[in-house]
Amino acid sequence: MADARIAKVTMPKWGLSMTSGRITEWLVEEGTEVKAGAELAEIDTDKINGVLESPADGVLRRIIAGTDSSAPIGATIAVVAPADVPDAEIEQVVAEAEAQLASGEVEEPQGPVVATVEVDGRPISYATMGDGDEVVVLVHGYGGDKNSWLFVQEPLSRTRTVHAIDLPGHGTSGKDVGDGSLDTLAATVLGFLDVVGAGRAHLVGHSLGGAVVTAAAAAAPDKVSALTLVAPAGYGSRVDAGYLRGFASAGSRRELRPHLGKLFADESQVTRQLVDDLLRYKRLDGVGAALETLLGTLLDGDDQAIDAAPLLATVEVPVTVIWGRADKVFAPADASALGQAKLRVVDGAGHMAHMEKPNEVVAAVEAAAGQQRATRETRELVGNEGGEVPRA
Amino acid sequence: MARTISYREAINEALAQEMERDESVIVMGEDNAGGMGSPGEMDAWGGVLGVTKGLYHKFPGRVLDTPISESAFIGAAIGAATRGMRPVAELMFIDFMGVCFDQIYNQAAKFRYMFGGKAVTPVVVRTMYGAGLRAAAQHSQALYPIFTHIPGLKVVVPSSPYEAKGLLIQSIRDDDPVIFCEHKMLYDTTGEVPEESYTIPFGEANVAREGGDVTIVAIGRMVSVALEAADELASSGVEAEVIDPRTTSPLDTDTILESVENTGRLVVVDEATPRCNMATDISATVAQEAFGSLHAPIQMVTAPHTPVPFADSLEDFYMPDAQKVVNAAKATVGWKR
Amino acid sequence: MTDTLPSNTAHELNPDALLAAYRTMRTIREFEERVHEEFATGEIPGFVHLYAGEEASAAGVCVHLDDRDVLASTHRGHGHCIAKGVDPKEMMAEIYGRVTGSCHGKGGSMHIADLSKGMLGANGIVGGGPPLICGAALAAKLQGTGGVGVAFFGDGASNQGTTLEALNLASVWNLPAIFVAENNGYAEATSSTWSVAADNIADRAAGFGMPGVIVDGFDFFAVYEAAAEAIDRARNGGGPTLIEVKFTRYFGHFEGDQQAYRADEVARARETLDCLKRFRGRVTETGQLADHQLNEIDNEVDRLIDDAVTEAKAAPKPTEADLTTDVYITY
Repeated sequence: MADARIAKVTMPKWGLSMTSGRITEWLVEEGTEVKAGAELAEIDTDKINGVLESPADGVLRRIIAGTDSSAPIGATIAVVAPADVPDAEIEQVVAEAEAQLASGEVEEPQGPVVATVEVDGRPISYATMGDGDEVVVLVHGYGGDKNSWLFVQEPLSRTRTVHAIDLPGHGTSGKDVGDGSLDTLAATVLGFLDVVGAGRAHLVGHSLGGAVVTAAAAAAPDKVSALTLVAPAGYGSRVDAGYLRGFASAGSRRELRPHLGKLFADESQVTRQLVDDLLRYKRLDGVGAALETLLGTLLDGDDQAIDAAPLLATVEVPVTVIWGRADKVFAPADASALGQAKLRVVDGAGHMAHMEKPNEVVAAVEAAAGQQRATRETRELVGNEGGEVPRA
Repeated sequence: MARTISYREAINEALAQEMERDESVIVMGEDNAGGMGSPGEMDAWGGVLGVTKGLYHKFPGRVLDTPISESAFIGAAIGAATRGMRPVAELMFIDFMGVCFDQIYNQAAKFRYMFGGKAVTPVVVRTMYGAGLRAAAQHSQALYPIFTHIPGLKVVVPSSPYEAKGLLIQSIRDDDPVIFCEHKMLYDTTGEVPEESYTIPFGEANVAREGGDVTIVAIGRMVSVALEAADELASSGVEAEVIDPRTTSPLDTDTILESVENTGRLVVVDEATPRCNMATDISATVAQEAFGSLHAPIQMVTAPHTPVPFADSLEDFYMPDAQKVVNAAKATVGWKR
Repeated sequence: MTDTLPSNTAHELNPDALLAAYRTMRTIREFEERVHEEFATGEIPGFVHLYAGEEASAAGVCVHLDDRDVLASTHRGHGHCIAKGVDPKEMMAEIYGRVTGSCHGKGGSMHIADLSKGMLGANGIVGGGPPLICGAALAAKLQGTGGVGVAFFGDGASNQGTTLEALNLASVWNLPAIFVAENNGYAEATSSTWSVAADNIADRAAGFGMPGVIVDGFDFFAVYEAAAEAIDRARNGGGPTLIEVKFTRYFGHFEGDQQAYRADEVARARETLDCLKRFRGRVTETGQLADHQLNEIDNEVDRLIDDAVTEAKAAPKPTEADLTTDVYITY
């Protein structure tokens, strides 16, 4: 019977299609003490590179899959345990793990469950992980899809129900976007909440999705418990209109690739798989038209057409904004444009902070939850159901 | 949503979705349904290898069986195309081109040009090609180079289910005559294919694998062979870049040249027989346009200059395989003046 | 056995229609005679194959056709083009290889086409037309336009596999198609009595499940009647017909052909059988038209052809930039 404090570090399942990962670098040596959440290793999937965190406090007792080796998702690749757990027990766990790796019989972890619902007559595809009471809904940006939350959805889902949706015109949702206006998209998000019976949800939005969730929160405050915005559109920042137009019109790998480099602080994040996946998406019937329509929503000439600040001003729940300092597509907004939202500018990230520095987004969501709890407690203390409450 | 289906199913789905979307799309060919005039059931075959099964009942009046008279019905498809229909005619085996070639290369291919830009001939001729089924000399050829040679035709050679569906939908929507070449050994292979309709543009090669040491250009089924070879080369430390042109006409020479300029070495894998095939075409273009980038002579891996033999032992020698490709790649890597 | 149709229906056409028919035939005749003259000067590039003598066939069939209908022709296609309404000036320019030609100089005599007028083209391949017409007829049937497809082909093509396949397919699919075998006695330099195994091309019709009829190709009215019946049948869903038109061509297979394989049948035909002479004789005899009306047309046509040649000779030739255009629609 193995010590319960032995924590297996397993290859995570990031996103829907990941089946295995390659460890490109161990960031910590065997024998080092680590805290839960500490960065242990860099892992390369076909799509993107991510960082694996420690599941627990303890010492990194053994690295089972070394640098440059690959392992299927769910495989145990290292062991973390307190220093006082006997070596013999560690060896047992290691032996089991190595046998599993050798035989290839690894228990696959439950990845996101994908389903489709109809909202306003449009099929909306979404991926769900976790079954906690708190509901978080992740809304991607222009040209993105539910898979872009791959590093964020899994950690959040340990204690929450996390839905990542595909907006109309994107992913595997219906490609008809109607007038493609902010209102239409916001209504879709709110409609989604109703259909899945989410009650109140924490909405997280990236880029265009950031403006969409802002609009949703303004339109239906009773349905939104908090907002986390990642490099949101609509807050007056300088936009690279050329990128948006170029993305929409690119028809080939050669045309698309240079634009994608602008998304990340580190251009090497643009893998062949990423480009391929985007091309496959862009070839679907109706996508071209959808992207064109949405360009009209995003741009007015070379400037942003959306003004979300007035909408944000009406939002009373906690709002956090994460922005990559190196964002070349939507330059970090002026804090003044963000009203009462807490702005955190992150180094080492470009426009895709939720992929480049996912911990920041996870932390922001968790902090908002803390705020909410504090707010609720304060309300109860003060006995004040619907009035003004000092912010925690 | 993408799910795993076969090459055969992908083609069937492309036809069904386009027929659903556009009433002018019709299908015709020998036994494309099967059972015409016979006492048993209609749609008995759905094509000799079942590719068109189910369309007959789904689209009444739009799937036409034909007598065995290729000139007449391929010609009819072409004539109907000039009159606003979008026919998808099946030339059962590419080997049968001999009995209808005039209609394809002297009529359809040339209408646009000969008639001063006034003709529109949106016909698709689907046809099976390739060795491996032990079907012998008259049912196993890879004759796409002959069609590629003809100005006015577009020639498509899909390598996987994903490619097949997107390229066939593109072919049907394209307003020029298209020869769509399906490798008979690929029908049962499977891959991820979106449920939704999508197109893949012509003249845009797919880089199936990235690598910096040698460029391998492969056509149709040979793409899988090249990828197999690339895996083996990787274990010897040679990283191959595998390029699937998807369409031999138009041909994406830009992608090929860009790759060769990076790797300096080229292997072309073409199942067609060696005189005047795609391997010679691509090699000559690269030799002319990227001579300065080459570190070694170009290697061509093709069938031999023989008809396709029947005996399985012989047919296996006939076809290019991964080992032959590995050897060719190593020859380019190890070459010294 | 198939019968030769007697012709006695001159009264069915009103004077305007008769004038139009005469104009068609006269235009073809003058066009061809003039091309014959001009070709001899060496100014016209390539090959031309002249239809002079055969006018009644093209005119007699095409008078029944409208914009729904499509026809495919042969290398000897000028007559069919004119009868279907292709502009003779554009045709002349095309023959001279000019940019103003029906095909912008890219096709030439053997490939004159005007798809807007349902003219699928003259065809350089013997037997190239019939399968295409099966397709046009199929399209008309599926689209429900009531249109028909007419495939003109020669005695040479009547032996070509493509033609025989097309006859079979048209019956099997019950297509609104009319196959007009223009038997002018020679396939290039070989007599049709030798190369066609049957006594008559029309005898083959039964073998392909359709009616066959023989008509005197020098008699406009005979062709007119046979065509009327066949086209009606096709329009009403009755399927295809094979019409064999028998006559002779006044010129060689191609211009430059010394015609050593012929005797002096042309001189005799021009004298006693000529379709224009017979037409004139008939309509003036019955009093439907007067000579001066026909003469007026003769003069107008002369001027038209003159202008066509003058304009064609003055028109520019295509330039190098035109060489690579219109190979595909997209590039």
